[in-house]
Amino acid sequence: MQHLCDIADLFLSRAPACDYWTLRLVEEEHDHLEVRQGVVEPSRLTYSSGAMVTLVKDGGIGYGATSDLSAAGLRAAAERAAGWARVHARLGLFEAGIYPRSSTRADYRTPIEEPWSTLPIGEKLDILQAANDALAIDDRIVDWSAWLARRRVSQLLITSDGGRVSQVLDYVHPGLVAVANEGSQTQRRHGGGSDGSQQGGLERIVAVRLLEDAPRVAEEALALLGAPECPADTRDLVLLPSQMVLQIHESIGHPLELDRILGDERNYAGTSFVTPGMFGRYRYGSELLNVTFDPTVPMELVSGVADDEGAPAVREYLIRRGILERPLGGSLSQARAGLPGTANTRASSWDRPPIDRMGNINLEPGEGGLTDLIAQVERGVLMDTNRSWSIDDSRNKFQFGCELGRLIEDGELKGLVRNPGYRGISASFWRSLDGVGGPESLEIRGVCNCGKGEPNQSVYVGHATPPCLFRDVAVFGGGE
Amino acid sequence: MNADAFFALADHLNAELHGAEILFSNLSNESSDFVRLNRNRVRQAGHVGSTALGLTLIEGSRQVEGGCDLSGDPTEDQARARRLLARLRERLAHVPDDPYLSYSAEPSESDHRGDARVPPAAEAIGELIASADEMDLVGIWASGEIAEGLASSIGHRHWHASASFNLDWSGYLEADKAVKSAYSGFDWDPAILRGKLETMREGLHIMSRPARILEPGRYRAYLAPSAVEELMGMLCWSGFDLKSHRTHQTPLLKMVRGERSFDPRIGIHEAHDRGLAPRFTPEGFPTPPRVALVEGGRFAGCLVDARSGKEYGEPVNAASDAPGSLGLDAGTLDAAEVPGQLDTGLWIGNLWYCNWSDPNDCRVTGMTRFGTYWVESGEIVAPVKVMRFDDSLYHLLGDRLEGLTRERELLLSAETYDGRSTDSALLPGLLVSGIDLTL
Repeated sequence: MQHLCDIADLFLSRAPACDYWTLRLVEEEHDHLEVRQGVVEPSRLTYSSGAMVTLVKDGGIGYGATSDLSAAGLRAAAERAAGWARVHARLGLFEAGIYPRSSTRADYRTPIEEPWSTLPIGEKLDILQAANDALAIDDRIVDWSAWLARRRVSQLLITSDGGRVSQVLDYVHPGLVAVANEGSQTQRRHGGGSDGSQQGGLERIVAVRLLEDAPRVAEEALALLGAPECPADTRDLVLLPSQMVLQIHESIGHPLELDRILGDERNYAGTSFVTPGMFGRYRYGSELLNVTFDPTVPMELVSGVADDEGAPAVREYLIRRGILERPLGGSLSQARAGLPGTANTRASSWDRPPIDRMGNINLEPGEGGLTDLIAQVERGVLMDTNRSWSIDDSRNKFQFGCELGRLIEDGELKGLVRNPGYRGISASFWRSLDGVGGPESLEIRGVCNCGKGEPNQSVYVGHATPPCLFRDVAVFGGGE
Repeated sequence: MNADAFFALADHLNAELHGAEILFSNLSNESSDFVRLNRNRVRQAGHVGSTALGLTLIEGSRQVEGGCDLSGDPTEDQARARRLLARLRERLAHVPDDPYLSYSAEPSESDHRGDARVPPAAEAIGELIASADEMDLVGIWASGEIAEGLASSIGHRHWHASASFNLDWSGYLEADKAVKSAYSGFDWDPAILRGKLETMREGLHIMSRPARILEPGRYRAYLAPSAVEELMGMLCWSGFDLKSHRTHQTPLLKMVRGERSFDPRIGIHEAHDRGLAPRFTPEGFPTPPRVALVEGGRFAGCLVDARSGKEYGEPVNAASDAPGSLGLDAGTLDAAEVPGQLDTGLWIGNLWYCNWSDPNDCRVTGMTRFGTYWVESGEIVAPVKVMRFDDSLYHLLGDRLEGLTRERELLLSAETYDGRSTDSALLPGLLVSGIDLTL
């Protein structure tokens, strides 16, 4: 971070003359280790560093991004930004005067128990080899892999109003996959933390039980080969957090993004069935549905102190007792729409401009555990671990597929079913929510590949959720 | 960064190698203007200049990979690259032999610099906004130079550079009633843009009619090339790569096993010789002009990258395991005759958000979007509210395929997740006797 501070100070000493500017400096380190079928894959060690200069000048807004962090490089980026500000002044969608200004000063650093560097690479590979050994339990396991990845993002945002926000986020991503095949039937099972990302250090390896989870992953992949197809009918549905994450993401998170509602995303990611008039009165779901934007949850993927425009990160209710309260819109979108919002303007890296993104979007816990939810089901199916997702451009008609299903009869779990899927409509689905697990069943997870924006951006998004029960859902299995 | 600067940097790094070390240096360079539009006004505009260096350090049978961003300043870049090389060398001592290490030991050279007439982005945007006056236009303009370079201590020297523009936009009438268009390439012609806007206005006029709401069921349908691109995109996702085939993960598994097939008129290939993407792999292998993937409706071959080629003993024929220059053979159906041949059914302009519903049976789900109409007696009568489909490609490209158009469209990818894509697809439209709508 000191390196970024030095660059920032250099920029400050020769700051561009304009109404307002921001400089966002980003450094990223990635390290990826993987062992597949007992063979160490080529490790990848990558470093990225660059800056984005945003200017409000002469009635317009523009940005310039560069990997040249010298004084001359930043000056050139600022000149590019000024050129685009002139175009925006003539042809812009909104007045430059509404661009948000920040004087926030704050710091954040992921609290790490075991830094990545404390374990030599050889010992990391030994863990992955041991996981490989535990996955290869049968000749029908035709492919298997274990991985361990590290990502550190260091970001410094400074503004001409005296804002200075530094954030260092650390992630360690462990994961496993086993692929089973028999004839023309292939089944995959993931585990070992592959779909449960959080901030943190090497302590994540123990937290997700990387090694201990391997036998279960392989055994379930094999068991799915011989399982019957998920039935195709209408019945109750219990979703584990490993699928709830996607359900929340696609049919609550995205439709509440204010830039979608304002139309920015209509050519790519889509629009929203939510309209500005719905806030404060629309019944999004049953009384059990409480959803928050919460950047304060320890170790969740997007916990931090401010967004990329410098707005302080604050917990807000999006949906309370089923009623829609506020959208996911950063300061600029709030000004454009005349609506309240959240501190969620984020960029994927130094080379992309900030836009409205989900941060940590969490479904607040209710009461009881998974067993209590299952006990309420006379005829249903439980689904675990997302494998397929699709939803319309208004974020209404969805279809999801999961890796594993299990029938529920008379309040008890029964046998496995394969290729389980379900479909529904967001506007009615959440009203069928009839059970929300309690705090003891809450899991902190997230999505590491949320795509959106033009130019395209992929970001991390956090989702904490308990398991949930939905009534009368259309479910189906595989086959032509 | 230009070719001379890159090769000079690579030479500098090669001079730093120890003993029997081998080094492959790859460069991705981009200078891009991005202008985001909403309601036919500029929403967000800027410039991105990025240069990324990738290194693969090899010693004996061991290898490690790494990457860093470059600044464009030779002295600074030498320092960054040397630091990365030192880190890779330190790591190389701790990794085991790699049985699937694969690289070309034959020195080779190539130099491709495409000709282009790309206007200043601000000028093009001004023309667009003026020409689209009173339209609710939303989309993205991306333009500028992109370059890929490869150099190795063995003697590889390859450079592939081009300048291009890609305007990808939609015109909206209301809510989700919209028509999509795109204009991309290397030679900008404002008259072509105006023609596309005029076609869009005609589409929006049809969109102004009351929308038809369809019940779930099976419908005759024509899928325009942009819709076919989404289906082909699904097949590109693990459909053709050698590793997915050898580990039984390809969605074409039943085709490979001889249990299912596409219609005999279906031929799918990777056209490396289309000239938009580099003709060399990061490991220095040249790519063949064309790789047949499906011929006569049956499995023909796989894409083989360097690592999979070594693992499974097949010759390398691609830089990665997913097609980047896909082609679907043309048919005999005259595009002008499509409405009459369709008679009554769905005209699907675009599909959206496809995903596997059941990969074992090549079953895909997704949504209709943009420019989708109901046709009766060969006449477009109404737009259609968005519908979900869930159907197997063994049906849509197999027993329910009635015809492919004689005309094909070259679609250049507008994707920009990892920089501006050089992917493209050359595709006809498809007439099918039925597509299953589920929601």
